[in-house]
Amino acid sequence: MRIQRLGIKEGNVLQAKTEKSKDSSIDLTKIDELLQKYKDKAGNLIPVLQGVQNIYGYIPREAFLKINHELGLELASMYGVATFYSQFRLNPVGKYIIKVCHGTACHVQNASKITNTLMELLNVNDGETTDDKLFTLESVACLGCCSLAPVMMIGNDTYGKLNGKSAKKVINDIKLAEKNKSTDN
Amino acid sequence: MKKQIIVGLGSCGIAAGASKVYNKISQIIELGNLDVELKQTSCIGMCYKEPLVEIIDDSGRYLYGDITEDKVNYLIDKHIEHEEPIKDLIVDSDLFEGSEHEYFEGQVKIALRNCGFMDPESIEEAMQRKAYQAIEKIATDNISRDEVIQYVLDSGIRGRGGGGFSTGMKWRFAKNNESDIKYIICNADEGDPGAFMDRSLLEGDPHAVIEGMIIGAYAIKAISGFIYCRAEYPLAIKRLNIALQQARDNGFLGNNILGIEGFNLDIFVKEGAGAFVCGEETALIASVEGDRGMPRKRPPFPAEQGLWKKPTNINNVETFANIPYIILNGPNSYNKYGTEKSKGTKVFALTGKIKHGGLVEVPMGISIREVIFGLGGGIQDDKKFKAVQLGGPSGGCIPEHLIDIPIDYDSVNSTGAIMGSGGMVVMDETTCMVDMAKFFLDFTQEESCGKCTFCRLGTKRMLEILTRITEGNGREGDIELLEELAVQIKDGSLCGLGQSAPNPVLTTLKYFRNEYEAHIYDKKCPAKHCKLLLTYEIIPEACTGCTVCAVKCPTNTIIGERKQVHFIEQDGCIHCGECFDKCNFDAIKVY
Repeated sequence: MRIQRLGIKEGNVLQAKTEKSKDSSIDLTKIDELLQKYKDKAGNLIPVLQGVQNIYGYIPREAFLKINHELGLELASMYGVATFYSQFRLNPVGKYIIKVCHGTACHVQNASKITNTLMELLNVNDGETTDDKLFTLESVACLGCCSLAPVMMIGNDTYGKLNGKSAKKVINDIKLAEKNKSTDN
Repeated sequence: MKKQIIVGLGSCGIAAGASKVYNKISQIIELGNLDVELKQTSCIGMCYKEPLVEIIDDSGRYLYGDITEDKVNYLIDKHIEHEEPIKDLIVDSDLFEGSEHEYFEGQVKIALRNCGFMDPESIEEAMQRKAYQAIEKIATDNISRDEVIQYVLDSGIRGRGGGGFSTGMKWRFAKNNESDIKYIICNADEGDPGAFMDRSLLEGDPHAVIEGMIIGAYAIKAISGFIYCRAEYPLAIKRLNIALQQARDNGFLGNNILGIEGFNLDIFVKEGAGAFVCGEETALIASVEGDRGMPRKRPPFPAEQGLWKKPTNINNVETFANIPYIILNGPNSYNKYGTEKSKGTKVFALTGKIKHGGLVEVPMGISIREVIFGLGGGIQDDKKFKAVQLGGPSGGCIPEHLIDIPIDYDSVNSTGAIMGSGGMVVMDETTCMVDMAKFFLDFTQEESCGKCTFCRLGTKRMLEILTRITEGNGREGDIELLEELAVQIKDGSLCGLGQSAPNPVLTTLKYFRNEYEAHIYDKKCPAKHCKLLLTYEIIPEACTGCTVCAVKCPTNTIIGERKQVHFIEQDGCIHCGECFDKCNFDAIKVY
């Protein structure tokens, strides 16, 4: 089973320092209000990281540096916390994050099949993002909708009682909707 | 009386399409200008019949099940416009026995008393159902802190998160530790895969949990409270924040609450960030403090030195939800249910290969058989029951010959499993017990914080052994090595995660050793689950030569001409099972 954790290579903030930043277009002013809110509050690191991720979809390297600068939190301990909790992502993600549940009830109802089907459909491995940056596929621990196993969540929408076919349909419907949106524009 | 239509909008209802149902009903009411009130409620526990729609009119109450979007027009037309209830679709009613009345009859709803019966975002409806009457009683009748703790002790309630420690005793310890600053925390980090009791409570009746915390804070003299809720429950977090603000606006949180001099309290939600280990109380405290969720040595216990080193009391969601009921109705209202050492009721999440999957609240002491085959309706597709997993990844499996045992802390512990938080995953003849052990160990290995060598490395090695076994590379001595490692990991781990990680392996070895032996010595999976141990062959009499299997085979190892019987070359077969899945003629034999 795979509950997705960050790859050390991609997530290594210190290593990234030596590379040319791919994300020089990050607008760091977006997190000013957040940092101000949590400036002197004890135990603030996790809500701050959650806030940053809500804004950018992940936690960019530049954001870590800014938090260090504004709040005085050490880079090493921030990295330790960000890599400990599976919620945090240090890489950009797709527009739609597909979370396939691999809790016990879903496992017993063949959740692996759903993940394998979507891996094949999207041509990505578990935890990766499609080339067109539309989808990120993740395996997650229990989403708590066990009676409808197997289950997946995309954004805040939950889809239950899936099989390979219905899972593919959900993704294809989204793809179609996106295509129509872009041709409308 | 104005007709009411109430749609169940808990997370599983929404997953089954209830939002669309709600929107459609809303449209119909508006277009037809119908004199009907549309409301929402949350999970009533009957998840296998979602989406659920309740209609209340002058004649009574009718709960409809399986109301998908396509049935809405028919329902409104018949029941609302023509006032003819549709008996076939009714699962429960106060006028006659609906199709699922047995599901409700076997239950005693104390913790879940309000879930599914009110709009969880309305404090007015909660108060109509007695929310905050318990804390009001404490204020009006001048019930002292010690008396409150005595009520809780007398009720016999034990921690519903899985620890099973006496709640009253825990409160007493925290109260007796002197400090100006004390904290009360609700552990809503329900991380057990297969468990969603707490999610339903938080989505369905947040005020019960908040009131329980207020009473607990009063008893131990806490000034600040936190609800540590896992981030994977966004609806629960939203409803909690709404409820907390409503509680503040109504004077149940703040200063000198309900006129009790010096009783000041506010409660905040802290979101988890995806770490199962943070369900362990010291790891939870570390997480609230902004650190990595790594457990700490006990003693000192949190009651003495918890959050920010101050006395802290931590209880589970379900434990708190029971407290207002106990205070309002007296300890006997609770301890009249249950067994000698396990009083009251417990909420279970019935999932897996069961017909009636959902949430049930039953008195302690009911047998597992009654829950699975009575309320639960038995096994899906009427297959053969094999085992039930209690307690999630910390628990163990209970085989068929033990399912008449009563469900209470001691009886369950005697089987090698634990009660846990209430997840009950039912397995049938197609479940491989070695694979289940591997699944749980994969989970605990991933979630191990890494602090203790035996947990960190021991679970890794156990997982490696189990993976080899399920892939056909099991060796002589593997079982003995698993047993040896299990004991060492239990002994060498600081917290409950490591101490209980070997339980699934130990119980499956105890009751299903033959399956392990078949995998290791015969290279066979009796449940026909472990693909690498299966042999796939084409049944000549059934094969039509449609070539679908040959086309799908990833190693091109199936040969045959169109309309001729096909053949799988075993040497090239990687046991992926694609041919079996794709064949439309049942022409593939698996053994």
